[in-house]
Amino acid sequence: MLEQLLSNMRLDLSVDFFAMLQQYLKMDFTINALIVGPLVALCAALLGVTLVLKRYSMIGDGLSHVTFGTMTVATTLSLAPMYVSLPVTTLVAIWLLRGGKQKLKGDSAIAILSVSFLSLGYVVMNIFPPKGGNVSGDVCSILFGSTSIITLSRSDVHLCVALAIVVILVYLLFYKKIFAVTFDEEFARATGTKVSVYNLLLAVITAVVIVLAVRLVGALLITALVVFPAQCAMRLFKSFRAVIIGAAVISVCCAVVGLLVAIVYSTPVGCTIVAADLVAFLVCVLIDLAKGGRKK
Amino acid sequence: MELLKFEDVSVGYEGKPVAEHLNFTVSEGDYLCIVGENGAGKSTLMKTLLSLKTPLSGKISFQNGLAHNEIGYLPQQTDIQRDFPATVKEVVLSGCLNRSGLRPFYTKQQKETAEKWMETLEITALKKRSYRALSGGQQQRVLLARALCATEKLIVLDEPVAGLDPIVTADMYHLIKKINDDGITIIMVSHDLSAALNYATHILQIQNGSCFFGTVSDYRTSEIGKIFLEKAGEGDA
Repeated sequence: MLEQLLSNMRLDLSVDFFAMLQQYLKMDFTINALIVGPLVALCAALLGVTLVLKRYSMIGDGLSHVTFGTMTVATTLSLAPMYVSLPVTTLVAIWLLRGGKQKLKGDSAIAILSVSFLSLGYVVMNIFPPKGGNVSGDVCSILFGSTSIITLSRSDVHLCVALAIVVILVYLLFYKKIFAVTFDEEFARATGTKVSVYNLLLAVITAVVIVLAVRLVGALLITALVVFPAQCAMRLFKSFRAVIIGAAVISVCCAVVGLLVAIVYSTPVGCTIVAADLVAFLVCVLIDLAKGGRKK
Repeated sequence: MELLKFEDVSVGYEGKPVAEHLNFTVSEGDYLCIVGENGAGKSTLMKTLLSLKTPLSGKISFQNGLAHNEIGYLPQQTDIQRDFPATVKEVVLSGCLNRSGLRPFYTKQQKETAEKWMETLEITALKKRSYRALSGGQQQRVLLARALCATEKLIVLDEPVAGLDPIVTADMYHLIKKINDDGITIIMVSHDLSAALNYATHILQIQNGSCFFGTVSDYRTSEIGKIFLEKAGEGDA
């Protein structure tokens, strides 16, 4: 029984990990993936801390489904997916993060948008199936991340590097404001901080990072990149600055480990990165428990 | 010296007035308590005062160099803050934000201001502790220190003792009095009428129909004050 299972297994554990890695590292696509993957993970982690603390953990999930829906519509209409999904996702992000007292907000708003765009995308894809493609294969690759992370072009790499620089700069320059707006919006507003400007800024960056991250881990798993690093760091550190830096470091490490394993053993890229994040999270929970819980 | 003047101001939500025709002034060194029943418009008035809302009518003027973003504010605690990873120092320093423009880091002077208020409120020993691990009373002191970093003149306190036990409550009132004696003007929204009468210099009572504004001793002898005190069980106080 076990023998049969092992012989059916596609994962070949007998490969020498480091020897294989050395071979792969000589190839351009590995280098590209190793630049883009950790950078997207870094951006997602920085934003993740703010989003998790503002109780918007699921926004990544919602926005990634918006991206999925708009991408299929754009493909059907033969438009460049990026130019359609980016503006639409940004608008949705601004609407979701606008704060204040609206009738439809928070988790319900995210849920409604998420399922609406997901079904819209799937229906459009079924009515106008892509030429020569199979619908379920395409859907699967968008939802779980395709192998496109290892077929990145030069311009993709440049775009990601530029984006990462922008996100890091925003966090460096507006660190204090982001802290104040996250910790206590009302106090910040009362003492003259332009809260809506910073919420807008966060919304736009969130949308851009999500649209890019869809290619890395797929629409279903983006929440992992947003939530895991923040939750890990919140268990290890007690100051906001340490949590932000810790989340970024943890996220980058998980992305690198996940990518390397995925490339060498040919496992799905997105899922492997998420698995690495999950392991990191469990380790952090154990450390936290050993320290005697959150109240430290 | 007058800091704040309300002239025939009406406040409310979505065009519907909650409290109307409010007239009062706040001078430097005052300790004003805003009292009234639930739904009388205390919070709405406070938000209007903090420029979080615009008044429906009337005129609010800030005088003698008080800018509307130089009012310290102690809001009620939110759900988000309960598990927020931040040190006491980080929280207190964030009060200095309104005077630092686009500078990415805090100046030495701002750090000194934060140190000074942490010293006054006796939380210097906690400054490296995590905010979420503190007791309710300690958290309230941290937020009070933050409010004081945002102002040199006036702070607005929203139910500062809500949820605190009697001993901690007494400590908190004592601290607020100490700050007031240091020259900071206090406006406090409160349910606690006996404390208001003990510590405040002025009372503003708002309710539908008639309002009262005056000193504490005038309030005790006024018709509206007598009725409200009776209701609140403070008739013999």
